[in-house]
This record gives sequence, structure tokens and C-alpha cells, in this order.
Amino acid sequence: MIWYIGRRLLQMIPVFLGATLIVYLMAFYTSGDPILALAGDKPISPAVEQQLREQYNLDQHVLVQWLLYLKSVLTFDLGVGFNGRPIWDQIAAAFPTTMRLAIIAVVVESIFGIIAGVISGLRKGKLIDTTLLMLSLLLIATPTFVLGFLAQFVFGLQLGISPINVGRDPSWVNLLLPGFVLGGVSFAYVLRLTRTSIAETATADHVRTATAKGLTRGGVVSRHILRNSLIPVVTFIGADLGALMGGAIVTERVFNIPGIGTLLFSSITSGEAPMIVSLVTLLVIIFLLSNLVVDLLYGLLDPRIRYAK
Amino acid sequence: MPSDALPTRRPRSEHWVAPLDETPLQAVDAADTTSTPRSLWAEAGHSLVRNPVFVISALLILFVLFVAAFPQVFTSQDPRYGNLSIANQPPGSEHPFGTSRQGYDIMARTFWGARTSVIIGFFAMLGSTLIGGMIGALAGYVGGWFDEVLSRITDVFFAVPLVLGAIVVATRLGEMSLWTVIAVLSVFGWTNVARIMRGAVISTKSQDYVTSSIALGASSPSVLLRHVIPNAIAPVIVTATVNLGVFIVAEATLSFLGVGLPANAVSWGGDISAARDALRTQPSMLFYPSVALAVTVLSFIMLGDAVRDALDPKARKR
Amino acid sequence: MPLTLAACGGGDDGGGAGNGGDGGGTGEPIFANTTEPENPLIPTNTGEVGGGRIIVMLFAGLVYYTADGTAENDLAESIESEDNQNWTIKIREGLTYSDGSTPITAQDFVNAWSFGANAANAQLGQYFFEPFEGYDELSAEGVAADATLSGLEVVDDTTFTARLVSAQSDFPTRLGYSAYMPLPPTAFDDIDAYGEAPLANGPYKLESWTHDQSLVLVPNESYDGPRAPQNAGITFTVYQDPETMYLDLQSDNVDVVDQLPGSALATFEDDLGDRAVNAPGAVFQSITLPGYDPNFEGEAGPLRRQALSRAIDRQSICDNLFFGTRTPATDFVSPVIPGGGATDLPGAEVLEFDEAEAKKLWEEAEAIKPFEGPLTLAYNADGPHSDWVEAVCNSLTNVLGIEAKPTPFPAFGEMREQIRKRELMGTWRSGWQADYPSAYNFLGPLYGSAAADGKGSNDGDYKNPEFDQLLADGLAAESEDEAIALWQEAEALLIRDLPVLPLWYQNTIGGFSTLVSDVEYGWDTVPLYHQITK
Repeated sequence: MIWYIGRRLLQMIPVFLGATLIVYLMAFYTSGDPILALAGDKPISPAVEQQLREQYNLDQHVLVQWLLYLKSVLTFDLGVGFNGRPIWDQIAAAFPTTMRLAIIAVVVESIFGIIAGVISGLRKGKLIDTTLLMLSLLLIATPTFVLGFLAQFVFGLQLGISPINVGRDPSWVNLLLPGFVLGGVSFAYVLRLTRTSIAETATADHVRTATAKGLTRGGVVSRHILRNSLIPVVTFIGADLGALMGGAIVTERVFNIPGIGTLLFSSITSGEAPMIVSLVTLLVIIFLLSNLVVDLLYGLLDPRIRYAK
Repeated sequence: MPSDALPTRRPRSEHWVAPLDETPLQAVDAADTTSTPRSLWAEAGHSLVRNPVFVISALLILFVLFVAAFPQVFTSQDPRYGNLSIANQPPGSEHPFGTSRQGYDIMARTFWGARTSVIIGFFAMLGSTLIGGMIGALAGYVGGWFDEVLSRITDVFFAVPLVLGAIVVATRLGEMSLWTVIAVLSVFGWTNVARIMRGAVISTKSQDYVTSSIALGASSPSVLLRHVIPNAIAPVIVTATVNLGVFIVAEATLSFLGVGLPANAVSWGGDISAARDALRTQPSMLFYPSVALAVTVLSFIMLGDAVRDALDPKARKR
Repeated sequence: MPLTLAACGGGDDGGGAGNGGDGGGTGEPIFANTTEPENPLIPTNTGEVGGGRIIVMLFAGLVYYTADGTAENDLAESIESEDNQNWTIKIREGLTYSDGSTPITAQDFVNAWSFGANAANAQLGQYFFEPFEGYDELSAEGVAADATLSGLEVVDDTTFTARLVSAQSDFPTRLGYSAYMPLPPTAFDDIDAYGEAPLANGPYKLESWTHDQSLVLVPNESYDGPRAPQNAGITFTVYQDPETMYLDLQSDNVDVVDQLPGSALATFEDDLGDRAVNAPGAVFQSITLPGYDPNFEGEAGPLRRQALSRAIDRQSICDNLFFGTRTPATDFVSPVIPGGGATDLPGAEVLEFDEAEAKKLWEEAEAIKPFEGPLTLAYNADGPHSDWVEAVCNSLTNVLGIEAKPTPFPAFGEMREQIRKRELMGTWRSGWQADYPSAYNFLGPLYGSAAADGKGSNDGDYKNPEFDQLLADGLAAESEDEAIALWQEAEALLIRDLPVLPLWYQNTIGGFSTLVSDVEYGWDTVPLYHQITK
């Protein structure tokens, strides 16, 4: 077990190196000249330009920049961003907000998704199943930003039960509505996954046996159907945590949330490579870690699975 | 039921069971055992045509495809003709859906937009499935360190933000066009196909008949092509159909983030994103392209569902 | 009134907006919008409006601008010159920074300006010191970090002199711009740390700054000047998106905003009634037709420029897309600036929409040299430009029958790089927000030969000695009226040559909540926060 975890953690090193290099190259070859973007429509003298380039290592070859970046990671000093604030501080400030948002989304999608999925799966083909299925498909078919506008319009402006602008105070309560919006699409996936899985398990032999034995319906569902059908659902939800943090760009933009997504988007448009790379790397690591946790959970849920050394 | 439970095979059963020709049971034996058994695909096809979900979604898709191919059948207006002097008009006889802020005929935009969205959805689906399918199949079949490397690459691509990818590709290719958007979506949307393909290949690889065909001396590529891929492809097709819908939505999101098609392209995504400014004053600008997009995406996802159910014998038994 | 204290965001130090408490100002603190300052709050490094509006409230310079753009003395007692080139500046005595003890001296100005001008400090506002003697030495590569502007000289504690490279009649007007603020001696110990929590001298002081969320300003009781705060403080909330801001305004969660979402432009005057603000502002938008693109050169060039100009229905775009929140341009200088907004410049009819005339001019140009199309109009997609670019292209296509293509750049930097390298062919969107309220600021930096060839903002490389001369004459003029007359003559040349197609002036738009009064917006479209009462 420990060997397994250790091996998985070691695997992250090449991923880290690969991701930083790829993203560095991408950031380097995009968005033109970041220094000229800093100056905007206004003039900038060659001497100032040169000075800024040196300051951000932009006068170096891209591979040298990457090595310098790796060095800065290893020394735990990511340097200062274009706005004069340490990159690490900016990430540390934005991270908890996005984490909160993603956790709300995951909780929302898990609870509602699984409940709806169970209902749907047990009543397969019935009206309630069709309704829930159509709802989930609609959620998938609606772009997140449209969903966000609608939520803002209805719950924020017309009903006044949720703040429209979460940026001022990104507390748990205020992040609820954005969390629902962010979790909306995943909710649909969880529902569909649970439904299929439940429907499959509900007709399995051991369930029939349990029913034949005279167990109550509730007992059968909770003890025999749920536990066996949740494995793929758990896999999805675990992997989704990482995806949600990266996918929060749109939701954060709509609700004005100062999180990782907002930071990522602005650094991408301004071509701030060290910031982009740090954020993407962070997302990759979260993604890998949550995958690892899922794989470990898997073993708990399904005793048949054993880990290779 | 276990097959040895059949009464006819039991030696003592003759004592109490009526002769076969006197019972309706002979109908059971009426199955034509001489014909070749139906393949998984034929079986699936058979169950599909009886599935109303499949029929409805297929009809809808045919309709959308028809609109995409011949939008001029449905509207005589030029979707690119924007004239501010007729902007923001409510629905009327001249413009059944009204006109947009730029003075475009919304109906013409909605019908012509189908072409862009379908092309983007289809080619991005094709591209991502090819990339993901190949990478997944290779990773799963070859295994070992090769699998490790490819899986890690998949992880990296999974985590790279689509927006960053879109900007990079657009910058490298010079300008944003239909094909850049397709390229972006393909290059950054193949990871789920790769995972599914890899899983399916690994599970098929260990099946007895594959092992035996290798034992019989079949070469690796031919085993991969002949046995593994055809069996692994079903889940991939299902994912691809769903992806197609997801890509159409993603194009809209790219437009929202300002890295989508240029302003004058006729696409649902661009129109939805542009309609944001008219949300308060003219919701119909948002309504029509949104409905068109939702219906199209819905029908592709429903089709995927139906195909999945049909290909999965367990889900078929009700 | 239910006032949400949630505004202090992270609430790290519990210092809410409500308990400014240490004197100065009356009533309640107000809430305003901003974007996150792009840099630490260092005056010479802040050129964008998000940081600029805060610098103006935290710092006091020699002069300040009233709502109509007139420069009046703030710290200065007098700014005088015989020849518009050698200036003597006296500041009032007994002034201090917000700590109440550090005195404001003439040396502080010299230090701050030298710091800004010295290329080693890489300040984005460095070009503001171009008119001073000694600027060239400070912008040479490898300049010593402690080198000072040789054109500045301290006479005594409250007097210093400035020598300029040429006569500049609008020099005092410039000095209200944020780059010309004084800095206390302690600022230079660690300038970035200073920018996070500046010790300054303006009407307000910075109480807390929760990055990406809010900045809380409280009155500075040491400030003794014409801009005394009429409220108990300002909390600036950072908005990523004006849509959210507008909904907040409608529910009185923000008191004064100077930006509106596109979706509200049509309705905000109805929604807000007399709390809506819509008046011409000092932002000029245009389309640059580069002199180096063969299509716009030679004999056919001027005809083609005129044809394009006449084929754009400015009024209709301003009405239909911007709902009257932009004012069609009739010249090259914003109407809020003295001498701007002239409607009677010779040849100004070329800025009016005329389909027949546009076609005729285009055909004449075609007869001389056929156009090599398509016509591209580049813009940066990370800004709010795609709407009007699309409309302009439609207008050109409909009138001239050519293919006009909007060409988005995903990021501004990419577009700037191509413009800088002079690789961007076709046309592109351009804009100018005035730094200080002078007509010269709309002309010299944009079309002067000195700013061409990558040395300034003359991106289309317009070069006209006659134009340069008129500008210089205006700067040396005895009176403002005389200067304006000369600059309008220069504008007439621009109208003839059309180095850019003027489109419109962006209005000051915004609104305020039901809780505040005495709201007035400055010439630069930013509210005069200190006057607002609540």
C-alpha cells in the first residue's frame, strides 16, 4: 500500500516537469509581447522596456526561462508578478475561494446527483426517470455562462436571496449559488452515471436473492444496490474535483469571484508565464492527488481490488 | 437459468412430460439454428429501431443535418447582412424571429448557424476521437512504460486549460477560424476518449480469444486491429456522440471568453454570447440560438444514450 | 440604511469601512467600483484607470482638476514662467503627509520625478518626463539607479525650478496627472512595499487593501487643501464584470459606478432616472489606417481613406449599439477638452456618413489603383470591441461592396507586438484616453513625427512637418486661446490626411445609488469621490 502510494507520488515528478515545460512553451508562444501589453496604447521607451524584460527574465531563451522557473519552484520563491505582488501570495489568496467553490459544487453534484440517480435508476422508464433525464440533458446542453446569467437574474435580482456579486465576500453562503451553477453539468453526469449503474445492479442476481429473502425495499436499496453501484460514481466525483477547480473560469467570471480561474484567465491574456505555469501545475497536482485518493477509495469499496507493488 | 435445468435433458422427464409435438413448447425450438447468429451490432440495431428515444433523436439529427446542409431552404435572408437601421426589431412578418442588435435576421442566423455548429461538433468529435482513440489504444495495448508515459501525457492535457490552448492555437495559426476552433477542441478534448479506449483495450486484451489468437501467431498490429479495437469501440462511440454535443457547447463558451470565432462568423455560440448584452431588452436574441443549440446537443446525447443501451446487453434486459 | 459590512472582504484586520473614526469627513463611507490596480500604488507606475482613480484620492499633486477639466492649485502656491520653458514652482508651506509629521518639500517632487524618469526603475509612466531636460540621459541604457533629472533644481524647502527641452504652454495643466505626485523620502527604501501601503498626502489614506476584492480609504485629517472629503471614506470594490456591478447598483450595494454593462446601456437611463450619468468624456476611439500599407499610400490613398470614413455610419452605431452613450466624432479632440469637439473644422464633412459620396470616392480610388482586399479590421478580443467592429465592417461591406473582415486578436500583447513591428497590415482599432485635459495630448503623442517609427504612439507613422510645426507653435503660444487656434489648424490637416478615422468619443456613463448626493464626474470620466455625500 505504502509502496503503491510512493510509486504514484513519484510518477508525479515527470508529469510536473512535462506540464511545466509544455505550458511554458505555450505561454511563451502566445499572447505576443507581454511588456507591450503592459504599456497598452501608451508609449514606452526602449530603456524601460529593456529593464522590464530583464526584471521578468523575458530576455532569456525560453528554455532558460523554464529552468529559472524550476529553480524558483525548488527554492519556494515564485517571484513577483506583473502587478508587483508575489505570485505565491496571489495564488494563496485565490486558492481557498476556488477550493470552497469546488467543494460546494462537488457536494451539490454528489448529493443531488446520487439521489436523483437512484430515483431515476429504480424507476427506469417511468415518468420521473424521463423527467430527471431530460433535466440532466438540458443542463449538459446549456452553456455554463447562460446558466450563470439565469441564476444571477432569478435568484440575485428578482428574488434577492443570493448576492449577485460574490467578489466582495466569497464566504461559504455566498458561494452556494455559484457552486450550484458550477456543479450543474457534473450533477447531470453523476445522475446519469448513478442511474445506469443502479439500473444494472437492480437486476443483478444477488439483489433478486435479497428481495426473495424478504428484505425490505429500503434494506435492499441501501445495502445491496447502492454500495455496489457507487464505485464508478465515486471515481467520477473524485476526478471531478480537480476538473472543477480548473473549470471554474467561466463561473468565477460570471459571479465576479476572485479565485484561481479569474487569476488564470487574466494571466493568460496578459501572457504572464510564471503565473500561468504555477496555476496549471497546481491544477495538475490536485487532479493527480484526487485521482490517487479515488483509487485508494476504490479498494475500500471493492475488496476485490488489490494494489500492485 | 442454468442450461442443465432444462427438463428435456433429464432422463426421467419423459414419464411426466407430454410428447413434444403435443405441446406448444415446440415453438421454443422453432428458432432457426442454421442461420448465423446475430452479431452484437445487428442485435443492437434491432433493439435500436424499437427504441423511441433513438427514433426521435435520430429524426432530430437528420433534421439538423438537413438544416446545416441546406439552410437556404428555410430562410431567404442573408445571415451576414447586418444593417443597423433595422436593428432590434421584434418578431414580425419580414423577420419572423426579429432582428438582432447588429440588424441581422435572427431566423437566418439560427438556421445558418446550424452549419457552423454541426461542422465544429462533427470535426472536433472526429479529431478528438482519432487522437484519443489512437493514444488510448496504443497505451492499453502496448502497456508497460509506454502506457505510463502516454497516461501521464493524458493527465497533462487534461489539466491544461482550454482557453490557454485556444489562444495558443489561434496565435500560432494566425487567426481564429472554424478550423482553429476545431483544432483547439480536438487537441484539448481527446483525453476522455483516450481513457475509455485504454480501459476497454486492456480488458479486451486479457480475453481468452485474444490470447489465443496471439498464441496462434497473429502479429501485434493485426490483433489490435482485428480483435481488440472492434470490441473496444462501442464505449468510444458512445462517448464520442456525447462529446459532439459538448463540443458544440464549448464553442459557445470560447466565444464568451473572447477566444472563439471572429465577430462576423455565423454560429450559435457567438450569437448566444453576443445576446448577453440584450438579455434585459430583447431575450429573443438569446432564446432562438439557445434552443437550437440545446435541441441539437440534446439529440446527439440522446442518440449516444440509446446506442449505449443497445450495445450493452445488461442494460437491454428490462 | 442597511449597510453591508461584508465589503471589507477577507476582513483580515477587522478594520471595516464604518470605523474610519480618526477625524476628517462626515456622514457615512461610500462604496465605489474599481478594477484591481495593475501595479502597486506607485504614481509613476500607474497608467490605468483602476489604480489611477485610487492614486488621485491618495495623493495630492501641485494641481488638481475640477469637473470641467480646469487645473487649479492643490499643493502649489504658484507655477510661473516667462517663456513657457523655464518654470518656477512654489508649494504651500507647512504641509505634511498623512502621518502628520513628515513635511512635504520641494525635494520630494524632484526625487519622485527623477525616480519616474530613470529607466533603471522601469516605470510605465516614464514617458511623462520626456519634456524635461535630462530625460535623454535618464533613458539611456545602463543609467545609474540614483541619477536625477538634470532639468530639476531645488531652490529652497518649498521652491524648485524645472527646465524643459522646449516651450510647453500647457505645462501647469499636465501637473495634475498622477505621474507628477510627490513621494516622501521613506518611499524609496523599498518602493514595492511602499506601493502596497503608501504614506501619501491626498484627501484620503489607504486603510486596507484586500487584493482582488476591495480597497478601503479613510479621510486623511492631515490633508489641507481644496479637495476636503465630504464623506467618511470610500470603499472601492473590485469588479471583474460590469454586469454584477450594475445589479449591485440597482440594489444600492454600491453607491457610485463609472462603468456599465453592455446589456444595461439601453435601459440604464430609465432604470436609474436622474441617478443616471451620460455626458461626453475624454476617450477617443478611431481606426488606424497605417501609412505603410500599400492600399493607403500614393495617389489613391487619400481617396480611399475618405471613402472608408464616409461609409461608416457613426451616428447609427452610437445610437443602436451604444444607445447614445458615445458621441460621434467631428474632430480629433474630445469635446470636454478646451478647444475640442469643434464642429466647424474645414473639411469635417468627411466624418459624416454619405453612401453615394463614399461609393464615388472608392471608385475614383479604384480607377487609380485597385484595392487588394479583403479589408481587415483588427481588434483585441479581450476588450469590449467585437460589437462595434462587427457593425463597422457591416457598414463598409454594405456601402462599398467590399469584403470587410473583423480580425480578432485573443490577447492585446499579440496585437501590440505586430503593430510595433509594423507587421500588421490592413486597419486596426485604436483608442486614446487623455492623460491630462489639454488638446495637445490628443494630437502630439498620436500624430507627431517625433512619436512615429516606434518611438511613441504614432502607430500609423503619420509624418507631416507642417503639422509638427503648428503643434510646436501652439506649445510656445502666449495664451490658451492662441494655442487652441493653432492646434485647430493642425487638426484641419489631420482631417485632410486622415491618418486615422475618428469614430466617436466615449461618454462618461455611470450612475449612483439612492443613498448619495452631490455626485459629479470629472473630465476623465472618473467620479470626484471626495465631493460625494451620504
